[in-house]
Amino acid sequence: MSVALEFALTAEDLWAMAPLLVVTGFALFVLILDLFLRPEPERKGPLVWASLVGVGAALVANAVAPAPSGTWVQGMLRVDLVSKFLNTVFLLGAGLAVLLSAGYVERQGIARGEYYCLLLFSTVGAMLMGMSADLVLLFLGLETLSIPLYILATFFKRRPASQEAGLKYFLLGAFSSALFLYGIALVYGATGTTQLAEVGARLPEALGRAPGLVYAGLGLLIVGLGFKAAAVPFHTWAPDVYEGAPTSVTAFMAVAAKAAAFAAFLRVLLGAGTGTGAVPSASASAWLSELATAWAPLIALLAVLTMVLGNVVAVVQLNLKRLLAYSSIAHAGYLLIALVAMGAGTPATAADATAALLFYLLVYTLMTLGAFGAVVVAEGEGRSENPSLSDLAGLGARHPWLAGMLALFLVSLAGLPPTAGFFAKFYVFKAAIESGPLGLALAIVGVLTSVISVYYYLRVAYYAVVARPAADADADASAERPFYASGTVWVGLGVAALLVLALGLYPTWVVESLVQGLSAATAAWALP
Amino acid sequence: MGEWIAFVGLSVAALGSGLAMVLGRQPVHCAVVFLVTLLSLAGLFLLLGAEFIGILQIVIYAGAILVLFLFVIMLLHAHSGEGPRVKLRAQPVLAGLLALGLLLGLGTALLSAASLGRPHPGPPPEGFGTAKAVGTTLFARFLLPFEVTSVLLLLGVIGAVVLGRREAPEKPPRERAAGTARAEAKAHAKGKEKKEVVPR
Repeated sequence: MSVALEFALTAEDLWAMAPLLVVTGFALFVLILDLFLRPEPERKGPLVWASLVGVGAALVANAVAPAPSGTWVQGMLRVDLVSKFLNTVFLLGAGLAVLLSAGYVERQGIARGEYYCLLLFSTVGAMLMGMSADLVLLFLGLETLSIPLYILATFFKRRPASQEAGLKYFLLGAFSSALFLYGIALVYGATGTTQLAEVGARLPEALGRAPGLVYAGLGLLIVGLGFKAAAVPFHTWAPDVYEGAPTSVTAFMAVAAKAAAFAAFLRVLLGAGTGTGAVPSASASAWLSELATAWAPLIALLAVLTMVLGNVVAVVQLNLKRLLAYSSIAHAGYLLIALVAMGAGTPATAADATAALLFYLLVYTLMTLGAFGAVVVAEGEGRSENPSLSDLAGLGARHPWLAGMLALFLVSLAGLPPTAGFFAKFYVFKAAIESGPLGLALAIVGVLTSVISVYYYLRVAYYAVVARPAADADADASAERPFYASGTVWVGLGVAALLVLALGLYPTWVVESLVQGLSAATAAWALP
Repeated sequence: MGEWIAFVGLSVAALGSGLAMVLGRQPVHCAVVFLVTLLSLAGLFLLLGAEFIGILQIVIYAGAILVLFLFVIMLLHAHSGEGPRVKLRAQPVLAGLLALGLLLGLGTALLSAASLGRPHPGPPPEGFGTAKAVGTTLFARFLLPFEVTSVLLLLGVIGAVVLGRREAPEKPPRERAAGTARAEAKAHAKGKEKKEVVPR
């Protein structure tokens, strides 16, 4: 046998990997740069700037890299509209998380090079998940996303709550990764390949030969990703982990892990079909028609449970971080509706649903990071301080702009009209209603639970904007209660608020271009 | 004929050492007997013509995993040779049942495959499973996953350093700047308190 090393890394391959390489490079740079800085937390400023430059450079690379749509690096990486959009979402999330972290980690004495390095590596994992065209790479992306998050959750090494958060997240995360891997193994057993496009092409045959393997494999994949997305009934870790982890980490975790899980859902459930004509028509429609009848009701059930439980339990939360944790669970439910709409509808409505899902992910990232920004501002230096709703009292009087921005994010999370959150929900529900009776039922549940969510979001907004600190017990202490609004937090919240407003006023800019790009690709594979 | 002798010898060694490992009382002896099991399995793989898996068996299992076992035994049982204090009564029964189930499952699978008269799949294609074939696949087709795995390993190292590193007790930066003896003492006491709490 000759050494036929079919190994050619073309320029396109490198361009396709460019955003990943940039972020990885800057993550390593941050790690090394840390060695040259003095150990005092106040001296770690350059790390923030290096991370931000890295994220910015990756955003540029993602936008302009001349990699044509298709599958690159030996069929491992997919570049298409979906992957580019997802990368933008992940990088925006990472950038905002760095901005929110800067003052917070310094104040809490955890400003170390590893913090930013792990944050960036986690982003690389999320991007890999959004770009993967192969189940092997998808799994590696999942691990690259999760392992830094386990470590970051434990960054308050001396606080039991943080240790508990890290251990809990690690154990359940490892468990869900194992389930996901087992699902991959079963799908590989049924189809003989891990390439998503090939899996789709061989699925009809595999369904005829070994339907049990396919369904079991698919079920395990859904359960594994359900854990990462914190969908009910796989959500039990989320409130404790969100509460115990450093708040800036929680903010990043809430957006990155969730968005990456849905990126993986997109890639797996739709066989990565949307977004490029590279997938043969048979494969895409095979996933859509034959399997969607199996997974759409399952996902719909998860969606209903997630929306109802997330929103109802959030009502009784007084702890800000727990409240936002349940809120993020609830939003996973709305995102699941979009998945059902993709599976249950025709290829034409599937493009609408995909665009709705992607838009929701973008808006969710912005508004959730914004809302966590408020917790970052309100959280003191104390050992196990965990801000509750009443700790926000007085924010409106002292920092009216900050309180206003927080109110904007909360209104957006609740899904009220002038904000991006409204249009995110609107497009998801619209796509669901168009997709059929199942989608219609889900949309009704979605609207009803959104009404519940208005109550608890606006209660937070009330405390932030209107309420005054309680003057009864220790008036001095509560009046002295500080808010830590550093410059970077201002910038981060400002950018997020502007984007939430802009996307609320002109949502069609994003959605229309997404729908057009997607349906062009859809038309390519919907033809018989 | 020589092949048969080698097969029977290796099988007997594997089975015997496996039984000895399960029935042994001293952890260290069990680990060493387990080494014999692994080595005889590696020999069986070599007999089957799967050189690469045979070598991996020695390198990874005998070389790395067994050493890990020995480390754990060393750390958990400071006085080597001391058996476990807690007897798990249900364990032997449960293990026996599970082993029986596995045996039955594998047996029926083997027998049904034989009785159904499925054609023997025949020898694998030339060069299948060799180190060269695995290497070519790993470094050409699976290049990107391979590289991502190296990032993953780096993350594991960073994580171990972050979580394992000793550091000054957590204090707000201002207190650290003041650096009073009282704060030091307080933080020290808290650190001690934590040490006692953690094992529970």
